Amino acid sequence: MNFQPTKEQEFVRKMVRSFAETECEPIAADIDKEHRFPVETVEKMAKYGLLGIPFPTELGGAGGDHISYAITVEELSRVCASTGVICSAHTSLCCWPIFNYGTAEQKEKYLPDLLSGKKLGAFGLTEPGAGTDASGQQTKAVLDGEEYVLNGSKVFITNGGYADVFVVMAMTDKSKGNHGITAFIVEKGDAGFSIGKTEDKLGICASSTTELIFENCRIPKDRLLGKVGQGFKVAMSTLDGGRIGIASQALGIAQGAFDVTVDYMKSRKQFGRSLSKFQALQFEMAEMKTRIEAARLLVYKAAFKKDQHVPYSVDAAMAKLYAAETAMYVTTKCVQFHGGYGYTKDYPVERMMRDAKITEIYEGTSEVQKMVIAASVFGK
Amino acid sequence: MSTNLADYKNIWVFAEQRQGKIMGVALELIGEACKLAKDISDETEVCAVLVGDGIEDLAKECFEYGADKVYLLQHPLLKNFTTDAYAKVMTEAMEVYKPEIVLYGATHIGRDLAPRIAARSHTGLTADCTHLDVSVAKYIEFAKANTTLDTSTLDPESKDTGLKMTRPAFGGNLMATIVSPRTRPQMATVRPGVMSKREREAGRTGEVIKVDVKLSEADVRTKILNIVKEAKEMVSLTDADIICSGGRGLGGPEGFKLIQEFADKVGGVVGSSRACVDNGWIDHAHQVGQTGTTVKPKIYFACGISGAIQHLAGMQDSDIIVAINKDPDAPIFEVADYGIVGDLYKVIPQIMEAWDK
Amino acid sequence: MKVIVCAKQVPDTNEIKINPETGSLIRDGVPSILNPDDANALEEALKLKDMYPDTHITVVSMGPPQAQDMLFECLAMGADEAILLSDRAVGGSDTYATSNAISAVIDKYKKEFGDFDIIFGGRQAIDGDTAQVGPQIAEKQHLPQVTYVVDFKLSDDKKTVTVKRQLEDGYEEIEVKTPCMLTCTKELNQPRYMSMKGIFNKDKKITVWSAADCEVDLSVVGLKASPTNVYRSFTPRPKGKGVMVAGDTEAEIAANLIASFKEKHII
Repeated sequence: MNFQPTKEQEFVRKMVRSFAETECEPIAADIDKEHRFPVETVEKMAKYGLLGIPFPTELGGAGGDHISYAITVEELSRVCASTGVICSAHTSLCCWPIFNYGTAEQKEKYLPDLLSGKKLGAFGLTEPGAGTDASGQQTKAVLDGEEYVLNGSKVFITNGGYADVFVVMAMTDKSKGNHGITAFIVEKGDAGFSIGKTEDKLGICASSTTELIFENCRIPKDRLLGKVGQGFKVAMSTLDGGRIGIASQALGIAQGAFDVTVDYMKSRKQFGRSLSKFQALQFEMAEMKTRIEAARLLVYKAAFKKDQHVPYSVDAAMAKLYAAETAMYVTTKCVQFHGGYGYTKDYPVERMMRDAKITEIYEGTSEVQKMVIAASVFGK
Repeated sequence: MSTNLADYKNIWVFAEQRQGKIMGVALELIGEACKLAKDISDETEVCAVLVGDGIEDLAKECFEYGADKVYLLQHPLLKNFTTDAYAKVMTEAMEVYKPEIVLYGATHIGRDLAPRIAARSHTGLTADCTHLDVSVAKYIEFAKANTTLDTSTLDPESKDTGLKMTRPAFGGNLMATIVSPRTRPQMATVRPGVMSKREREAGRTGEVIKVDVKLSEADVRTKILNIVKEAKEMVSLTDADIICSGGRGLGGPEGFKLIQEFADKVGGVVGSSRACVDNGWIDHAHQVGQTGTTVKPKIYFACGISGAIQHLAGMQDSDIIVAINKDPDAPIFEVADYGIVGDLYKVIPQIMEAWDK
Repeated sequence: MKVIVCAKQVPDTNEIKINPETGSLIRDGVPSILNPDDANALEEALKLKDMYPDTHITVVSMGPPQAQDMLFECLAMGADEAILLSDRAVGGSDTYATSNAISAVIDKYKKEFGDFDIIFGGRQAIDGDTAQVGPQIAEKQHLPQVTYVVDFKLSDDKKTVTVKRQLEDGYEEIEVKTPCMLTCTKELNQPRYMSMKGIFNKDKKITVWSAADCEVDLSVVGLKASPTNVYRSFTPRPKGKGVMVAGDTEAEIAANLIASFKEKHII
């Protein structure tokens, strides 16, 4: 067992921290307030290779590992959780399933542009009536000659308004339940495909969360991703990896809130002493630090197992469950420690607390994570 | 150039001139050289070295500020500073006249020229000095008054008159005194503004030595296309009585608007910490500190400046320091005469209001 | 084109603190970084490479083996290769001896790779702030130099460089033929970040040379060959602590401050 980061991982952290503090932190409060997707940051992430980390260089990736990817999402989210999820959704939910399930032609066609960040990716599974229970898919895909015809809609799609490539699940055979779901690649501009309303959210306000609408959307047969009826597996395995991304985001939010609170406690004086001198508060910070570190170990372990190509879905579930709860725990405490100021938008902790909540919900709620974990204990 | 140290005599000051005007630092160095010369020996002379073209008239100024001799190095190719030409004629003159010490202003020209000469002459050079001594006794005096140095190992009776060149290092965290014991001349660049000119003595005169200069166009490998004086408002931090400086605590470039208003109100100029300059919030010209300008105003307002040592190095000799910072543990409070813990955006407007009352 | 960049690993002097009790430097936990001005030097070389992709950039440094971390960063930013001279024999060198050592590395470079076109260096390093090594390398290499470069242009035939050299009250425009040595300021450009591809690139290598590897003349390097020596070093004496201005509101604090100024005839 070795807990020492590699030299590359250390430099990834150094690079992304510097990038995040220079490019993301100064605008984080503004883009949150304006609900503005940071197009300029995405361009810069693309330029520096942040949108294709754990993929081979032959396809245009950086040739990195998943721990480095986790560190990247963590460090971005440490200052701006919206930016963190842009990277995570793109990488884990769009690039990865194409990389893992795509044909040679599909990889050739999509990955170079996605991994270089020329194009942004998104993933469509959730529907108004199919959230935690994905088998309730209403979106249908019917083969008509050389084309599939998609009808239906998806909701809460991260990057929706700005993505160019979408991995979308649709029912090809309702009678087969989960085994009737099939994955497709849909491109922005495909006839009959449009972006619906943009959600107005509690947190991660600078990320784009939209509806996807398919009205007789015709796509060539070769957009089928994986095999017919394999979509549920594609979706679930994709979400396993996605959970590492979201766990990293949660970890970053927690660390970010913790760091600004340490600074605040040193400067804020009450009863003639700085907050940092009160033992009761010190103990609370000690508790937070411990939980953050525990979350970090779970996240990196799941990423490590993914790199080792051994089953990691339970690890990813535990990482996401724990990191998300830690993010919520830490940010709530941090707002409290900031007192009235913490409740205002003058300090970043209120944003971090709003941002933290989503990590307990998307890409599988905490309850779903517990289902996955419990199944590993008691069987399905 | 180092065989017989005793062959080297006198103190030279590179009397930097630009467009026929002597730089202030050159006159400061002549003043300092006069003090040093006295501590070396009665015979030691202070010599100003004027390099340029058509600059004979400047000799008078050098004499009136304390020079005993002026070496005049003139040639059309020396009209404007070029590293190649100036290094060549200076090195050759040094070989002929063998000065014991050569001082340069730590200007953009002095710091370009001096290292080149030092390397060619195989001698030592100490950069950006803020204090010079030759006498050990005087060095002890200086150390006792200004430093934490244990002086018990130094012999006040010592006959050593080697140049002791004191300068900040590690961003001002450490002061080092450098010597150049085995080679001559001993060379230093000295920070402008730290040494004192002598009172000008009208009519004081001395010997002018015209040095034979050999130069051809082929010696000069750089070509000056243009010299541009920048129209931008000069920030004369060194002359300011009051400086209002902003630091990282401003939170962003727009914070300097308030600092500018503050400076306008109190009749001061705007300074900055290195962090703000590094972040691109304000031009480098405003930077106070080790790598910026050293200042000694009557009042220095440090607003949102934590007080990194490198900043303190450039402002701690101010008469009065007022620090405004949210963090009561900020090191700036260690040097402040007046400390205010609070939000600078709330405190400064109140000071501006109180200023007029 | 072949470009050499001189870089140094330095302690981040912004992070150095003084132990208030002992007055000594606290260097523990102070990160080592690529000297900021050297990052500008590298960036200018990388911009050349952006324009002329066949540009080959070699970063040259001298220091302890840990300086490879800094060179790794240079490679991850886009330099092609890096050479570190690491040897106890060159330890304790002052600027004169350092420039002798680095000049020997450059001589060795020329033997192995042929002539270079430009050497970019930083204006100065933040640990010493001397700004001497660049010009001294230029002297040893018999190169024309321009220091304090704030703007850089290369002619189309890549033989002539036009730069702006910063002065205290303006700038000079200077033309110089290659090969030449230029020392760069932070006004020159904004250094890029490392790239992910750069970090994971396994092909680029850092070569570590001993003094013998690059045939350094041991009589001109190291502590003994350095014409300057440290006579004494000490920490500046901190000024005595002043007073915290009292007051319940900002207005009251401000009023008290100004009152004290007036009382003491400061204003």
